[in-house]
Amino acid sequence: MKANTPSERLLNGIIKENPTFVLMLGMCPTLAVTTSAVNGIGMGLTTTAVLAASNLLISLLRKFIPDGVRMPAFIVVVASFVTIVQMLLEGFLPALYASLGLYIPLIVVNCIILGRAEAYASKNPPLPSLFDGIGMGLGFTLSITCIGAVRELIGAGQLFGHQILPLADAAAGKMGYEPITIFILAPGAFFVLALLAAIQNKFKLGAAKRGIDPSNPDKCGGACASCGNSMCKGGKHQ
Amino acid sequence: MKELMLIIVGSALVNNVVLSQFLGLCPFLGVSKKTETAAGMGGAVIFVITLSSFVTGVIYQFILVPAHMEYLQTIVFILVIAALVQFVEMFLKKAMPSLYQALGVYLPLITTNCAVLGVALINVQKEYNILQGTVNGFATAVGFTLSIIVMAGIREKIEYNDIPEAFRGFPIVLITAGLMAIAFFGFSGLI
Repeated sequence: MKANTPSERLLNGIIKENPTFVLMLGMCPTLAVTTSAVNGIGMGLTTTAVLAASNLLISLLRKFIPDGVRMPAFIVVVASFVTIVQMLLEGFLPALYASLGLYIPLIVVNCIILGRAEAYASKNPPLPSLFDGIGMGLGFTLSITCIGAVRELIGAGQLFGHQILPLADAAAGKMGYEPITIFILAPGAFFVLALLAAIQNKFKLGAAKRGIDPSNPDKCGGACASCGNSMCKGGKHQ
Repeated sequence: MKELMLIIVGSALVNNVVLSQFLGLCPFLGVSKKTETAAGMGGAVIFVITLSSFVTGVIYQFILVPAHMEYLQTIVFILVIAALVQFVEMFLKKAMPSLYQALGVYLPLITTNCAVLGVALINVQKEYNILQGTVNGFATAVGFTLSIIVMAGIREKIEYNDIPEAFRGFPIVLITAGLMAIAFFGFSGLI
């Protein structure tokens, strides 16, 4: 497929360079808000909106921002969009606003957004950058909705707020599902992500054994260190 | 005084910033391979968070509230934190070279540590005054340091274990973090 077309960018973000499972970026919201699938979708779409808008604006401004102050400039752009989105959510979707809480303003420090601004939007024309933002955002949304769905199903027997597995009721002598509550609490987030990462490792190992190059753009090495590095590069220019 | 003690115990142990609020997860997973580096990161985080929660508290109380611009808090806080980290780095380099040697590498990484911005926002959300906010920042950072050092200690031992191939690296670290989070549930009876 031709590079930098809108559809190529969408697929790249959703599958090839999926920010959560392939690049391992933005771990804080991934673990914090995935107590249910609905929260996952809400967080994912909010991040997508910020990512698409900031990618578009940064790409439009890429010839005007001096190289030395680009990191602070990116941060201001991202923080402005986060503030706008936060106000819109507070006004129109108060329930989602309440359940995501502190993690909405914290989208500012989500590595995915600054990472895409630095790696893609600051070097490419507006249209592909917009679709790069949408693709990455949808990839993120898809992954955290999956994690949220797994946690919700195991931890409460529900999916998107509907009871899927009938609960046991000892008083009525009814057999059923005993929810494993720990999966909704903090440790469950670590366990689910650990299992998903292990499954991914397993596939990579299999691919490596068959002699296929496991194209692993593990840019951040499981941490935001390299985003931090790009940050400090930006800082040093000042 | 009793109130401040409650804030300290609450933020450092009960609502541990990494293990129950998932803030600052990136350095927690990234810089926890060795105990010394973990302690260095912890020291830098204590220093920066205490200072930044004081500065953001002052700016919020004396500039944003009188000007009725509370809605700008996210933008103002992140810029203040980024500038503060730069400033601290330059100051330490000139005034305290030995401390700079110990913390220097970790300082630039801290801007992207969501715990710093998180604490500033929590202070506003809980309506802490400047003293309470600074104490909360310090306690949160101590909680972070505690968990990252414990994590590094465990990871040094894990090196010698025979782990299933697929679980090596990132997955086993996450499972360790999950078990630590369960252990930290034990503190919830303290308050």
